[in-house]
Amino acid sequence: MRFWRWVADHWVLVVGLLVLAYLFLPIVVVLLLSLNRPANRLSYDLTPQWTFDYWLHPFGAAGIGDALRVSVGIALVATVVATVLGTLMAFALARHRFRGRGVTNVVIFLPMATPEVVMGSSLLALFVTMRVPLGFWTVAVAHILFCLSFVVVTVKARLATLDPRLQEAAMDLYANEWQTFRKITLPLVLPGIAAAAMLSLSLSFDDFIITNFNSGTTVTFPMYVWGAAQRGIPRQVNVIGTAVFLLAFVLVIIVQLRGRRKARFV
Amino acid sequence: MADDLVLENVTKRFGSVTAVDDLSVTVPQGSFFALLGASGCGKTTTLRMVAGLEELTSGTIRLGDKNITDLRPYRRPVNTVFQSYALFPHLNIEDNIAFGLRQRGIKNTAKKVAEMLELVQLPGFAKRKPMQLSGGQQQRIALARALVNEPQVLLLDEPLGALDLKLRRQMQIELKRIQTEVGITFLHVTHDQEEAMWMADTVAVMNDGHIEQLGAPTDIYEFPSSPFVSNFLGQSNLFAAEVSGKDGDDLLLTAHGERFAAPAGRAHATEGRVWLGVRPEKVRLALPGEETPAAHNQVRGVLTDTCYAGVSTEYLLKTPWGQEMSVFSANAAAGEPLSPGTEVVAHWYAPHSFVLDRPAGSGDEMTQYSADPLGVAP
Amino acid sequence: MEWSLRNVPAPRSVRGGAVTAIVHAGPSTAELPPPVVSRRRKWIPYLLLLPGGLWLLLFFVVPSIQLAGTSLYDRSGSLELGYSQTFAVGNYVDAIATYWPHLLRSAVYAGIATIICLVLGYPLAYAIAQKAGRWRNLMLVCVIAPFFTTFLVRTLAWKSILSDNGPLVAFFRSLPFFPDDFRLLATPAAVVCGLVYNFLPFMVLPLYASLERLDGRLLEAAGDLYAKPVTTFRRVTLPLSMPGVIAGTLLTFIPAAGDYINAELLGTPNEYMIGNVIDSSFLVRLDYPQAAALSFLLMATILVMVFSYVRAAGTDEVV
Repeated sequence: MRFWRWVADHWVLVVGLLVLAYLFLPIVVVLLLSLNRPANRLSYDLTPQWTFDYWLHPFGAAGIGDALRVSVGIALVATVVATVLGTLMAFALARHRFRGRGVTNVVIFLPMATPEVVMGSSLLALFVTMRVPLGFWTVAVAHILFCLSFVVVTVKARLATLDPRLQEAAMDLYANEWQTFRKITLPLVLPGIAAAAMLSLSLSFDDFIITNFNSGTTVTFPMYVWGAAQRGIPRQVNVIGTAVFLLAFVLVIIVQLRGRRKARFV
Repeated sequence: MADDLVLENVTKRFGSVTAVDDLSVTVPQGSFFALLGASGCGKTTTLRMVAGLEELTSGTIRLGDKNITDLRPYRRPVNTVFQSYALFPHLNIEDNIAFGLRQRGIKNTAKKVAEMLELVQLPGFAKRKPMQLSGGQQQRIALARALVNEPQVLLLDEPLGALDLKLRRQMQIELKRIQTEVGITFLHVTHDQEEAMWMADTVAVMNDGHIEQLGAPTDIYEFPSSPFVSNFLGQSNLFAAEVSGKDGDDLLLTAHGERFAAPAGRAHATEGRVWLGVRPEKVRLALPGEETPAAHNQVRGVLTDTCYAGVSTEYLLKTPWGQEMSVFSANAAAGEPLSPGTEVVAHWYAPHSFVLDRPAGSGDEMTQYSADPLGVAP
Repeated sequence: MEWSLRNVPAPRSVRGGAVTAIVHAGPSTAELPPPVVSRRRKWIPYLLLLPGGLWLLLFFVVPSIQLAGTSLYDRSGSLELGYSQTFAVGNYVDAIATYWPHLLRSAVYAGIATIICLVLGYPLAYAIAQKAGRWRNLMLVCVIAPFFTTFLVRTLAWKSILSDNGPLVAFFRSLPFFPDDFRLLATPAAVVCGLVYNFLPFMVLPLYASLERLDGRLLEAAGDLYAKPVTTFRRVTLPLSMPGVIAGTLLTFIPAAGDYINAELLGTPNEYMIGNVIDSSFLVRLDYPQAAALSFLLMATILVMVFSYVRAAGTDEVV
């Protein structure tokens, strides 16, 4: 009885936790699928046969290793370029008052409001018209495009919380503009930039629609999965999916813990 | 003197708003100078222009014989203690304090930092982070960070505003002590008139972008030059009056049918329309029938309110012409304060009065409080 | 005149002049707007914007304009033979006439999915923001973490969960009201379910950001003023979290409306959305003018909805 009382009092928390469980349900299923031997290639059901085979040979399926390499490569390129360009733009928008600021804000918001089909198809049209061969670099260009907006928004939000008096104090203490940026502003904005970079990485790695439009014959990991969905998904896909999830999850937890320890003194 | 801070015709406009209006002032080297005023009067803007954090619309700022008007903040031998302290959160205390030194290329900062920490009475705090410190401690570190650079002028932007009362008093004493010990010019901006008068050698009262009055605390308190100053620093009773004659060194004044006297040396205007002013603490109360001393101005009235505050009692009385007058009476002797409704005679030693100019159009209304005069026989 | 300021503290009386009150009030907040760094060098912001701005211009603005142009081409052309610009507004009419069911379906599915996301996401965001305490960061990570298993892999997992042979369908079939051949896969329900699942974090995160800034003391004040929890929510929490609700709704509805993967993997051609049509128009049927018209239509509809929604809800800056 007391349990139900607690639930009634904390029903918001309970609902929240249930939703969280709902978010994790498919992940658990992915994990289970990766350990399970299917009845046939096209089946998505779980059988009573469990095995570690797929974890032991994660790249056993043809082409999966290449697809993964391509995805990671594109993600890295896109992240680096988008983070740099986006950070510069965020600084311009957050710190300066200039003509055309409103327009710039709208132009940056638009890619986030555009459905991926539209962006993918319009980029495809551009590449075709300019007779640029489709492949790794066209995909990278596309990824940089949609990551850019997210980077700007993230870094801008972080910049907004920065006390402008800190920069004034630095200049008052004999640091010129460049030194102030290097020693005061940049270290304090870095968490925002790091968050933006991580966001870019996951958005790029995960993207399918825009990639599909612009990749020509190049195959990324999501495209591999899509193609395999017609022919029968090799369970290694689930292994990779789970592995990437675990890796990222652990990474984020580590960063959080480090941040928490530092926060006691910052 | 050699390194006075001189502002000449300094003006600052933000669009159509004039924050600082043709301000000219000299801050003597080594003095503790306070810029006092209410919010929006332009005092912080003035400070920031001296620091180099705002550009002037027009005018010049000189430090000694060096024109610093166009210099960037990092080229001026001037340091600021910010209202919000602005300590760098990602650096520890030692790196915060040593920041300015290192920027100027000084390598061995440990000794100077330790000396500064001693000065502000926080030894051993070098390795802590700003977030770990209390408000008062952060304020002292901000001070140390600025002072360690031995600037020619130290600017303080309402540094004590966020501290609680007891701590504020303590810091006021500390700052005064440090300034006397170190001998640097302090330019202190505040809205707290008490703080300004306690700490500063010279106080400049600012209003609406310009300085209304400048002088030593006692001078400007005892002899304000305008109604604004008379009510911004402490309180004053101001009576609308006219000069009706002279008697040797004294001015004879008429206000609301009553006759008063004040020394000509305590008057900013000696003819025509004037304000007759007296500070509430200078006024004594006598009961009708008691003898009032000679050379005292007096006003009859009826007490409307009594506020007992332990150290003193504030009385409000209504004059025959309906004006409210306040009297502060130190509770020097034990006994009950007078109760409302008592008829009294307020009197003060005539030389405690001051006389201000009263332009046309002001003070012509009877009173700001209520319109019905009491029926007290003059 | 023996009198010294230091001996007699100035009496702090409550009445006797508003000026005294001003003088003893709390510290004045900053009189001026926050400073702008290096205001002298006016060209710095333009320099900072240049690389990113060029990128956006070249790869977003230009293609969008080109898309608009393509949508007006004569449909009888082809890539080899070339297209002629005929300002064929008729393309749009044709597109709507042929594919209005898909447009409608996209709007409906995305709309339902958004509403469900809101209903599910709000309690979660609220729980994280106000009730989680030191578990807050962990819970946030748990919201974002599923992202890392790639969109497609996650959606395929739903194929397992909703499978005809799976426990969930078996459970429903065992209930009295459901027929024995009840299916979840290849139904609109599955598509909506997939949409909800995939875009839930997009709803939760902006909501969380908005709710996190909510001062708990406001809720206490409401309670102190006799408001029941429901009233407090309706009149304090909800209005104050409106920016988050708007941002979350937009960030959920827009990609959901353009999505086609959920429809393809979890549904049948009966459930295909406008995204499926655009995809096949571009990549299979190579009918570029029509595909462009459809894209533009989708884009324009969304923009109109975004701006009118934002205007109606009263926030001026969406990001």
